[in-house]
Amino acid sequence: MISDLINHKIFTLLKVQYSNMLEYRVEIALWAISGIIPFFMLNIWTNNNLNESINISDIMLSRYFLCAFFVRQFSVVWVVFSFEEDSLMGKVSPYLIQPLNPFFRYFAQHLAEQITRFPFAIIIAFFFFIFNPESIWVPNIGILFLSIISTFLSFLIQFLIQSIVACLCFWTEKASSIERLLFIPTLFLSGLLAPVVSFPDYVKSWIYLTPFPYLIDFPANLLSGNAINVSGGLSMQILWILLLFPAFKKIWSEGTKKYTAMGS
Amino acid sequence: MVKNIIDVRNLSKSFDISSKDPGLKGTIKHFFRRKTKSLKVIKNISFEIKEGEVVGFLGANGAGKTTILKILCGLIYPSEGSILVSGYLPFRRKENFLKNITLIMGQKQQLIWDLPPIESFYLNASIYDLDKFEAKKRIKKLSEMLEIDEELFIPVRKLSLGQRMKSELLAALIHEPNILFLDEPTLGLDINAQRNLRKFLQKYNKETNATICLTSHYMKDITSLCKRVICVHNGTISYDGELDQLLKKLSPVKEILIVCQSEEDAIKLENSGFTVVNKNKNEITIKIKNNSITSSLKAILNNFEIEDLYINEPPIDEIIGKILIKKDYDL
Repeated sequence: MISDLINHKIFTLLKVQYSNMLEYRVEIALWAISGIIPFFMLNIWTNNNLNESINISDIMLSRYFLCAFFVRQFSVVWVVFSFEEDSLMGKVSPYLIQPLNPFFRYFAQHLAEQITRFPFAIIIAFFFFIFNPESIWVPNIGILFLSIISTFLSFLIQFLIQSIVACLCFWTEKASSIERLLFIPTLFLSGLLAPVVSFPDYVKSWIYLTPFPYLIDFPANLLSGNAINVSGGLSMQILWILLLFPAFKKIWSEGTKKYTAMGS
Repeated sequence: MVKNIIDVRNLSKSFDISSKDPGLKGTIKHFFRRKTKSLKVIKNISFEIKEGEVVGFLGANGAGKTTILKILCGLIYPSEGSILVSGYLPFRRKENFLKNITLIMGQKQQLIWDLPPIESFYLNASIYDLDKFEAKKRIKKLSEMLEIDEELFIPVRKLSLGQRMKSELLAALIHEPNILFLDEPTLGLDINAQRNLRKFLQKYNKETNATICLTSHYMKDITSLCKRVICVHNGTISYDGELDQLLKKLSPVKEILIVCQSEEDAIKLENSGFTVVNKNKNEITIKIKNNSITSSLKAILNNFEIEDLYINEPPIDEIIGKILIKKDYDL
């Protein structure tokens, strides 16, 4: 049953969404370029020698921010905005009466976009290494494999969080405003602006109890070869998915009872 | 005996709506304290629909007909009452139920805008667990019935409204549902496209014995597809029965234009006891009750020198229009 779903429905969805994404290749290149916040942060950190305070070398820091860029590229989620628009325009209605949860469509859309982004991200990394040749490194195959898994788990966590927020569209039409509230801790606590290790110890212990450091900081540290607790990080990612998935199912089932099929 | 495929008992649906007074004061008041009230849009209605029936839902805007369709297909939850569609509770949206139905809403599309329709068809085919061979067969069959061919490979955004509607139909019917919910399917289409769509639906109903529930403001859709109509007024059913019977009830007389051979004949006819609507030289228009048309015409032809005569059916839009604006119309 599950393998059928993956082989047939999801694969077809992915294929179709990939074709659709290729229609927007220029936009995707621009989105990829717009995700270069980690490089600005790297610049701020190195120019002000901030890394000395946390005992991270310039090379390790630049690798970290490059990895943060990569993780961000392959875990960025916008399902709340798509679902909100579709919900307000009545586009969700035809999907709701099909034997496939509409969120699979959005899931495939995200994966398809990630595949489309991949070459652009590689090109950006290529230019990064031209300007920072000392940062070039080749992660070992095991670490690379675990990093890919960790990045995918990060994507799943973000997708589930946003899907839960998106389901609030059934109660309030502007669920994206709630997502904007979540964006603040995501920005500061995920490791996008600064490695979580740079926070004071008492703050860090609290941060690690939230899902945020497992979105970028953990996979980026893993890929860049920093010393971290791999099994602990992966377990936390899986734990968050196990907590968020039933929450999503519950809110979806309650929300669809409230659906009024607006705009259709 | 044909079995009931849709069974609705004492169905009601209420929506919570918020209201706001006009002006800045109203806006500020609305910001701090929302006034919401429950609006009952469907009020305790019951009906059954048999397998293979084509039923038209008639009603003015906001009467509740689209809400009924949305409840029947499981899109929205009912507030009260019981509904069984094909043996399922629609709002539970069980996979087997969803594979049995389809909903088409005029001008609301499920096709992927930037891709040719064929991509959406294969996607829908996989969603409904059809293998590629079966999907190909069905796409071929439906595209022949709908008379679309090259359009399948042109991005949706470049298709005309009619072509898009045909493609929407194909996408919605690829899983061969046996219950079709059609909400204004001909909305915005030109006359030819409307006619083709009606022809297709007739053919689909005949070939598959599918049950069709239809709402439309185009009376031609209703008259050419539906034998039975359900009239909805303010959330209640004001009539449920055959369309012909409804028309007879609402329009018990016909107007007949008679061209007499001379003006004298027309004057004689005018004074012979018929209800005269209009008279102009040798032409006279009279009203005759439906149940006495044959005998009255026989008498006229025997007693007067008649050159020609025309029986005018009152426009159906006008007749139906009467029940849309008045609930207590004598049905």
